[in-house]
Amino acid sequence: MAENKRSLFKEFSKGFIDENPVLRLVLGTCPTLAVSTSVESAVGMGIAASIVLICSNIAISALRKLIPSKVRIPAYIVIIASFVTVVQMLVNAFVPTLNEQLGVYLPLIVVNCIILGRAEAFAGKNNVLASAFDGLGMGVGFTTALFCMGFIREFLGTGTITISLLNGGNALFPAVFGDNPMTIFILAPGGFFVFGMLIALANFIAEKKGKKAAQLHSCKACPMFETCTSGEKEAEEK
Amino acid sequence: MSNEEKLLVVSPSPHVRSAATVTRIMFDVIVACVPSLIAAVILFGYRVLAITAVSVGTCMLAEWVCRKVMKRHNTLGDLSAVVTGLLIAFNVPVSIKLWMVAFAGIVAIVVVKQFFGGIGMNFVNPALIGRIVLLASFPTAMSNWVQPLSWRTDVVTTASPLAEIGNLYKAGDVSKSAIYSIDNMPSLLDMLLGKRSGSLGEVCALALLIGLAYLLIRKVIKPTIPFFYIGTVAVIMLIAGKFNFVFLAYELMAGGLLLGAIFMATDYTTSPVNFRGQIVYAIGCGLITALIRLFGSLPEGVSFAIIIMNILTPHIENFTSPKPFGSEKKKKGADEK
Repeated sequence: MAENKRSLFKEFSKGFIDENPVLRLVLGTCPTLAVSTSVESAVGMGIAASIVLICSNIAISALRKLIPSKVRIPAYIVIIASFVTVVQMLVNAFVPTLNEQLGVYLPLIVVNCIILGRAEAFAGKNNVLASAFDGLGMGVGFTTALFCMGFIREFLGTGTITISLLNGGNALFPAVFGDNPMTIFILAPGGFFVFGMLIALANFIAEKKGKKAAQLHSCKACPMFETCTSGEKEAEEK
Repeated sequence: MSNEEKLLVVSPSPHVRSAATVTRIMFDVIVACVPSLIAAVILFGYRVLAITAVSVGTCMLAEWVCRKVMKRHNTLGDLSAVVTGLLIAFNVPVSIKLWMVAFAGIVAIVVVKQFFGGIGMNFVNPALIGRIVLLASFPTAMSNWVQPLSWRTDVVTTASPLAEIGNLYKAGDVSKSAIYSIDNMPSLLDMLLGKRSGSLGEVCALALLIGLAYLLIRKVIKPTIPFFYIGTVAVIMLIAGKFNFVFLAYELMAGGLLLGAIFMATDYTTSPVNFRGQIVYAIGCGLITALIRLFGSLPEGVSFAIIIMNILTPHIENFTSPKPFGSEKKKKGADEK
């Protein structure tokens, strides 16, 4: 039982740094760069995607023995799309401002690589409880990464932080750079700067813990090596 | 040593040595920058020195700290950080806030240069990225032009000649009389001497040409890139202005064309090595500059043009690398150029 608990905790905690979906697996880059211009939309996106990820992981894991492997991708997409529709309706009903901020990126969670990636790499092969913890950990990792990016970009790009639910929708504190915030951080190039530096930071921390840096030219360096099913890995092992 | 003994000495390359070191080349570039710096101090006042000091100081500090943190050997002595600092200072208006200059210096050295491995490894010109980051972050502060020589009495802000000329072109009339009828338009002699608004280093065309002459005499740069760059812009502007030489002269001297063509586009790391590659590179720079100036929403395109061609440089090198002596022609279908 103790063994089991520890492994569940491992499934949960690996999403923070070691296999952080955005910073180590470099999945879901498009929504990351697009919605991280402010803390509010970044965290909103992170939570919405996390809910979809946990629910779809549970559902796919529960149905994994019923889904024929040849049509598993369409089946996964249908499951994910149903949950996305639910989340979108809920967001629209209860936090319409967030719905406006996220715009098209909310329905686009359907094709978010993190969710399909976890379904393919983890939920399709593991039991329901482990899959739920995996989804939770990955979701927390995704939300944390988005929060960091959103905080850095909004703070440097506008000089302050604005969250519509807090402080009556006003800025939380007066802008620190006066009339001259570094607007570039709100723009796409600034997003890439911050993204690159956070990836470097995550690699640095993971390396300190003895993990390999994410490399593009070797399968073995990939944090998902253990669970990967692609033919390339087998080819390399030979 | 007899003649026979001499023949027996076999050594690996390089066989021809010269006194050229990175430090000497960078020192020559700094010397070439001095006339422009003096001109800027005369035109815009002592604040120029403060901006330059902050810019150079931040660049050197950033370089030193970066190398220290990354546990690499110190490269402060090669003076490349000083050159980057000088060029950033040359690329900002005199009214800019000092902390903005420091910000540009840090981005240029840390992000563009040291993250990619330091001197010789940067994929684009660090000083230009510094400028572009400033331009994207603080568009108003970066286009707050000051009337030259007004620092002695009251600081007067004004439009830049290049923006005025660009607006004329977009309105469809670039005749001589239209250009001269603009308020406060500097004469062509003023343009040459630098009595016009603009970034610190770009205003005095004469000082930049003196710098060019020095660099050419010291063989730090070859004339290929500046010549073809400015030549391409000249040809396009001649056609666009319907062979109006006044328009042409203003286009060549206004904005950062000379500064860019002489000091930025010729950066060794980010420009092609051989002659054919340099021609392609320089014509590309000229083409993009002219297109942005004539049709873009920004008045000036030199920095963007050089950055785009910097990024294309590896591909230009691929296409223009010379055929090794004695090698066979590639078969049909292979990309032989």
